[in-house]
Amino acid sequence: MHSPKAECGSIEERHIVVDAANTIIDLRRIGKAFAKRSGEPLPVLQDINISLREGEILGLLGRSGCGKSTLLRIAGGLVRPTTGEVIYRGAPLAGPAEGIAVVFQTFALFPWLTVLENVEVGLDALGLPHDRAGQRAQQAIDLIGLDGFQSAYPRELSGGMRQRVGFARAIAIQPEVLLMDEPFSALDILTAETLRTDFLDLWIERQLPTKAVLMVTHNIEEAVLMCDQLVILSSNPARVAAKIPVALPRPRNRLDEEFGNIVDKVYSVITARAIASIGAFRQVREGLAQPLPRASVNRMSGLVAVLAAPPYDGRAELDTLASSLSLEVNDLFPIVEGLHIMEFAELKDGAVKLTAAGNVFAHSDTEERKRLFREHLLRFVPLAVHICRILQEREGGRAPRARFEVELEDHLNRREAERTLRAATAWGRYAELFDYNDKTGSFSIILHRR
Amino acid sequence: MEQHAEILGGAAWRPRRPNWRDLLALVLIVTIIVLVGSAARQMLEPFAVARQTEISLSPAMLPGYALRTIMRMLAALVASLVFTFTYGTLAAKSRRAEMVLIPLLDVLQSVPVLGYLSFTVVFFVSLFPGRVLGVELAAIFAIFTSQAWNMAFSFFQALRTVPQDLDEASRAFRFSAWQRFWRLEVPFAMPGLIWNTMMSMSGGWFFVVASEAISVGGLHVALPGVGSYVARAIEERDLTAVGWAILAMTMTILIYDQLLFRPLVAWADKFRYEQTATAIVPKSWIIDLFRHTGLLRAFVGSIGTMAQSAVRARLSVRLPLWPRQKAILPSYLMDIVWYGAVLLLVVDLGWVLLRFAGAELSWTDLLAAATNGGITLLRVVVLIVIATLVWVPIGVGVGLNPALTEKVQPLAQFLAAFPANLLFPVAVYLIVRFHLAPAIWLSPLMILGTQWYILFNVIAGASAFPTDFTEAAATFRIRGWRWWRDVMLPGIFPYYVTGAITASGGAWNASIVSELVSWGSTRINGGGLGAYIAQMTEAGDYPRIALGIAVMSVLVVGMNRLLWRPLYALAESRMRLD
Repeated sequence: MHSPKAECGSIEERHIVVDAANTIIDLRRIGKAFAKRSGEPLPVLQDINISLREGEILGLLGRSGCGKSTLLRIAGGLVRPTTGEVIYRGAPLAGPAEGIAVVFQTFALFPWLTVLENVEVGLDALGLPHDRAGQRAQQAIDLIGLDGFQSAYPRELSGGMRQRVGFARAIAIQPEVLLMDEPFSALDILTAETLRTDFLDLWIERQLPTKAVLMVTHNIEEAVLMCDQLVILSSNPARVAAKIPVALPRPRNRLDEEFGNIVDKVYSVITARAIASIGAFRQVREGLAQPLPRASVNRMSGLVAVLAAPPYDGRAELDTLASSLSLEVNDLFPIVEGLHIMEFAELKDGAVKLTAAGNVFAHSDTEERKRLFREHLLRFVPLAVHICRILQEREGGRAPRARFEVELEDHLNRREAERTLRAATAWGRYAELFDYNDKTGSFSIILHRR
Repeated sequence: MEQHAEILGGAAWRPRRPNWRDLLALVLIVTIIVLVGSAARQMLEPFAVARQTEISLSPAMLPGYALRTIMRMLAALVASLVFTFTYGTLAAKSRRAEMVLIPLLDVLQSVPVLGYLSFTVVFFVSLFPGRVLGVELAAIFAIFTSQAWNMAFSFFQALRTVPQDLDEASRAFRFSAWQRFWRLEVPFAMPGLIWNTMMSMSGGWFFVVASEAISVGGLHVALPGVGSYVARAIEERDLTAVGWAILAMTMTILIYDQLLFRPLVAWADKFRYEQTATAIVPKSWIIDLFRHTGLLRAFVGSIGTMAQSAVRARLSVRLPLWPRQKAILPSYLMDIVWYGAVLLLVVDLGWVLLRFAGAELSWTDLLAAATNGGITLLRVVVLIVIATLVWVPIGVGVGLNPALTEKVQPLAQFLAAFPANLLFPVAVYLIVRFHLAPAIWLSPLMILGTQWYILFNVIAGASAFPTDFTEAAATFRIRGWRWWRDVMLPGIFPYYVTGAITASGGAWNASIVSELVSWGSTRINGGGLGAYIAQMTEAGDYPRIALGIAVMSVLVVGMNRLLWRPLYALAESRMRLD
């Protein structure tokens, strides 16, 4: 993993330098589309080229729901790409292949099997005789540090131990490639750190039969700590936004200046992408189809209050903010994005800065806040305006939710459309622009007393 | 069932020294083997309709009869499992099969179980002429029909809801179809399957008792069993014998529960998908016995190992590598062909049926059946309302008191399992004795056995009701009717609906045996669709049996669609507490 190629300069240059013989999995022009309700395809991944090379850990980064997990599943043969192909061992992949193992975010252990049986499962599927399977499972269990837990059932174990079983199960089949889908994100911070370190130790000491690792993560520090190369995906549809090599020597130190620089760089790329995508959506159809993040009014108000107070006094770096609030970037980002869309704060170069309106919002009382929020909502969120307009046009001031759903799904995938409408509903309710009745599934207008 | 022994054999290893428990367990096993063997041999005995073994009313004969009854239950259980695994799998794996199989299952579920009996008896007897086996199979089939449908349905649903991550793990590690079935799908379906089996089993006792003494047209059959014993007792007007039968049945159900279902539930606990540890771990002394007995564990353990190897083998049937494509252009042409074929078959069958019915039945028959159906419908509705008014308050009272719940709940479950038709003679005796109006006083019999479903579901609901809510209600001093309306009734509603659906389904089924009853030579007819079907069955009038069953199925399906489904949907969406 300390291969010289990491020292190469620009991304394009590196791509040419790549020795094809070293490539283990090659994703070529991968595209994936899901069917919209109308039956038309909605692209999720578009034209993605990634090579996973021998000896490297490659990290896939991107916003939640951007399709990184789908990409990982495509690389593992679990999901079939709509276009493009995955080349593995010199041939296009057609389904899960021998030599590729997956570690799941949710562990995916069989609750009715013991630890030992869970590890043996993959070996049974290879058709190994039982005694041979038992031996190899035992070796993997020893290596991963699970000895003594063989006869326990997964539900008796803590999250960390469960994921160890997930690792042991993957390693037992002696895979050439390990695919890891946010393997540490379901664990608490301390447990995740222990597991990460243990895994890296095995990797550095070359105790694993594995030649290359592809991992999905949303934790930027984790990515910089573990990976030799980072691929950042944009969203709607996901494309490769940037490839960032991480040429730091191992073991890596979070306090290193170079480490911090790379983290900052990743943050800037991600925020730049977010800003660009918000800007781009404002151009399309009057911004109606701009996806809204999962950000509750309470969390947004809370963040404004934190930003307005010392030590930030109006400006904070995202990574400092994330660690001081003990929030994953994944959780922090939607809130910041919400504030950015509403122009209570501005997102720039991996930092967030309160706007003048944001400052006023921070120091207002409830009524004043609502008024401000309503004004900004009407100015910056075209969807809210659209809902209001439709409600005013309609007799009785009512409109079914499904109507807007269908409209949004012309531009967004179902999950995003759902999320966007949910955010618009919550924000509109708070701003007292309209009301929503979950029983009847319909919006209704609120008549303002002036 | 393949992994049954694995947990038993899998506990920490201890030196295998025979102990007193070995003796006990050995006796248990040998007894079961001998009993099963002898009962099976008797089932294969040659059978002549004219020369049947006379059913004796001596109480000493009862254990033997009970054993025969149990055997039928077991055989039906095995048949149901086989049916479940094949039918459910087929429906879940093939979209086209599903289009036909699932609606079919829905209808099969609503046909009154005893309705099948009149048709199947003749069929099975003709299949094995001169042997008891044919009639035995008919009785077993009746029990089978009472449990197979909902087991298959639960299995189908489980296959459809296999968690995505486990599905992906099994595909990523490239399980063969065989491995996937036994290591992922069956285990995942297990808790639901066992729960459904238990529920069906309760109904099963009712039907086994009803199906042992059958008369269809000129064919009178009495299979040795508790049901026939009671039928004989009714003929002889022997109330003491009825008492003995009730006692024997009680013992049977208790033993069955202890020896079969308790261990099964305790064993199945490991198949729970939720990763949390539960407060209450189901226990069974039988499982403990097996775990702590060296000899037995060795024996069961070796069976377990064998089963394990079978399950772990690849049996290399390759799964299609890519998952089934969804939504991306299904082959419409094939769909049209398939739909067309199904439609053609349905139309064809409909035509045959219409011609058959046209020749045999007139509009007055339909009118008669429909009127009778109306009477029974009225009974079912009134009885459910009464049972609700009685058992909901009592159930809530019991459920909110943990100590009481512990005592009452097993009793309610036992009462639900007890075949109420054994109690009919007692009620009939009273009606005859006091000259009560049969149209009214026979009605309660319909719900005698099934009202307990309402009770124990409401108890379950009330005891699962979060104390936060009751405490909040107490703080705000919500009392009286408001307490019921705003706090408790919404809380137990989903449970109540579940119980009421089962109770109403059971009541329809029971109407066939409860609307027309006899005591010796005295016959009492309460009127209604059940009585209609029973009469036609006795007369062997097949077109009218079919008509009666069809009307009843339509009523049951209608009630399910128009009443219970919407209520259930409401309960699901509005009144869930999580």
